[in-house]
Amino acid sequence: MPTYVGMPSFPKAARTAVADSQLRHNLTHATHTIRAKRAGAIAELDDWEQLRQAAKVIKDHTLANLDTYLLRLEENVTKAGGHVHWARDAAEANAIVATLVRQAKADRVVKVKSMATQEIGLNEALAANGIQAIETDLAELIVQLDHDLPSHILVPAIHKNRAEIRDIFRREMPDAPPGLTDDPAQLAAAARTHLRQEFLKATVGISGANFAIADTGSLVVVESEGNGRMCVTLPETLISVVGIEKILPSWRDLEVFLALLPRSSTAERMNPYTSIWTGVSDQDGPKAFHLVLVDNGRTASLADRTGRQALRCIRCSACLNVCPVYERTGGHAYGSPYPGPIGAIISPQLRGLESAADRSLPFASTLCGACYEVCPVAINIPEALVHLRAKVKHTMTERTVFHLSGLVLQSPRKLAAAQRFASASRKIVARSGRIRRLPPPMSGWTDTRDAPAPPPESFRAWWARTRGGKR
Amino acid sequence: MRIGLFVTCLTDTLFPETGKAVVTVLERLGHQVEFPAGQACCGQMHFNTGYRRDAIPMARTFTQAFADYEAIVTPSASCASMVHEYYPALAAESGDERLGKAVADIVPRTYEFSVFLANVLHTTDVGAYFPHKVTYHPSCHSLRMLKVGDAPYRLLRDVRGLDLTELPDADSCCGFGGTFAIKNAETSAAICADKVTAIRQTQAEVVCAADNSCLMHIGGALTRQRSGVAAMHLAEILASTESTQSTQSTQSTQSTQSTGGAA
Repeated sequence: MPTYVGMPSFPKAARTAVADSQLRHNLTHATHTIRAKRAGAIAELDDWEQLRQAAKVIKDHTLANLDTYLLRLEENVTKAGGHVHWARDAAEANAIVATLVRQAKADRVVKVKSMATQEIGLNEALAANGIQAIETDLAELIVQLDHDLPSHILVPAIHKNRAEIRDIFRREMPDAPPGLTDDPAQLAAAARTHLRQEFLKATVGISGANFAIADTGSLVVVESEGNGRMCVTLPETLISVVGIEKILPSWRDLEVFLALLPRSSTAERMNPYTSIWTGVSDQDGPKAFHLVLVDNGRTASLADRTGRQALRCIRCSACLNVCPVYERTGGHAYGSPYPGPIGAIISPQLRGLESAADRSLPFASTLCGACYEVCPVAINIPEALVHLRAKVKHTMTERTVFHLSGLVLQSPRKLAAAQRFASASRKIVARSGRIRRLPPPMSGWTDTRDAPAPPPESFRAWWARTRGGKR
Repeated sequence: MRIGLFVTCLTDTLFPETGKAVVTVLERLGHQVEFPAGQACCGQMHFNTGYRRDAIPMARTFTQAFADYEAIVTPSASCASMVHEYYPALAAESGDERLGKAVADIVPRTYEFSVFLANVLHTTDVGAYFPHKVTYHPSCHSLRMLKVGDAPYRLLRDVRGLDLTELPDADSCCGFGGTFAIKNAETSAAICADKVTAIRQTQAEVVCAADNSCLMHIGGALTRQRSGVAAMHLAEILASTESTQSTQSTQSTQSTQSTGGAA
């Protein structure tokens, strides 16, 4: 099973992705389609901006009072017959889940698509305990069957086209019908038949949650396919792994988010399935319910005044779909289950700025601001990126270059001297009026773009020469 | 009104024609423009690359150079948004109260050139003549940070002889992103390739923008491909008149060859 450990830096990983023409085509097609649809769905609401501001305020309030709301949630889940477990990090969360599955005497579990379980590497941890986790979301199933990693928060197989999916089913799904074509309806039917058996066999279901409502201890999963509904209702035991930031104080708050999330993610007015459950019930559903609340770096992020806004994220993926970088690289280059602009600020906060991948992520953006513009909870991603860039440990060479250039750029006198030097060198560096080749690292520019030659005189020099008398 | 031109370090060093064009247009409209020689760089590159402390003295240089001006006009939406969006935070970080006061004082007086013309001077017809097919790239910082809105379009529509053609996917980034273009050169080039394709689809002779940084990026790809499409700052189009058109080609800014064949 592939994992995110030891992923290369973003520029290195992106190099391969950018050169993959099939991937580029799949991504452009998919992101442009959903981008246009989303814009249409948002334009229908006159009060979009107010909803967005309300969501921001609700999340900020909840995060600032997380201690209160988490305890309230625990109390109400327990009152409704559920069990609450607290996990400081991925290892603790995985150990709790593995123990619960073993206690339920199961060696296989069905899963609702969940970012939190991706983040903690639950499937791999369960496999190490001899437990097979079966993904039941169609795209997540495709990725799992292909021994691949997801590349998008909402559509994990966005990097695959239907012909590639047909090939994966034929190769990896034993009960795939003979003569399966790449017709989407046929592909969906094949997956449905395959998954139906798993749903009926499973005694343990594992989910995440889009929202957890403190007032009643209710959990909410929002989805499109109905697989989630099966997972949270059919098995005897349900285990939900939820990040501590997913909490909302009350049902009134949920209303705001149910208006924002589907339109932002799938461009739908309302998603097909919204499952809500509160503890256990004698009449129906699972007989045992466990809620595993996961910190895994969230408290550390909460302590960062600028970085903490990332915890408002509701995983809609609108920012991925509008990002010029994501559109060219896809999700794998981000080396994390959280790709795209939001991933570039979440992953380094949750995992720390140590690895090659995490150190490079805050720089994986042009700061164009398209992400901030579409974010339904108004996360100022460019601001957070720039903030994290300042926390990254830069190389000695780069630090030197920036300190020295800083000395020049803060001083009009030194800048003028540098300009005179540049102008004097123009005949050498740019014979044709353009610079066609520069040494590394500037060669990254001149590999595909000319650089401008310095002019005979700077604006400053021209002003002094022609209007020198004036200031 | 006492107008101070903040030319920006990039335009000052590499694209002086843009600075001259701003002066030409403002003077044509009857305003007096000054270039305070104490100015240098706004600090955006350092700030955005994670060298915030190094950007503080640059913010100080800026506030000192422009303290006495009623309006500070700059031909860069990107540098203007640095001042508007990030100077207050930077000043707060510096712990320097005087800088904080100076920034709070100077931010509302700092204008991007097209906004200054259209929304402050309320002038969109600046007496320009530019008989070419032109497309406009709304740079990200002008569009989403500074929100200059339709000011550049209104100005371009009032240029005599100019045939303004719409750029497909106009609001997409060109892939420059400052040091991003170096740190993530492959991805930057891939984004730029699509921008160039969109520009060439319009069959425009000139692509213009309110930022020389993006134009340097797009223009660098256009000349590398020998596309024959010129990248030109909005100010230079607005400075152009019947008399300059007889001596200037459309290639001025970004090729640095400011004079050439007849248009």
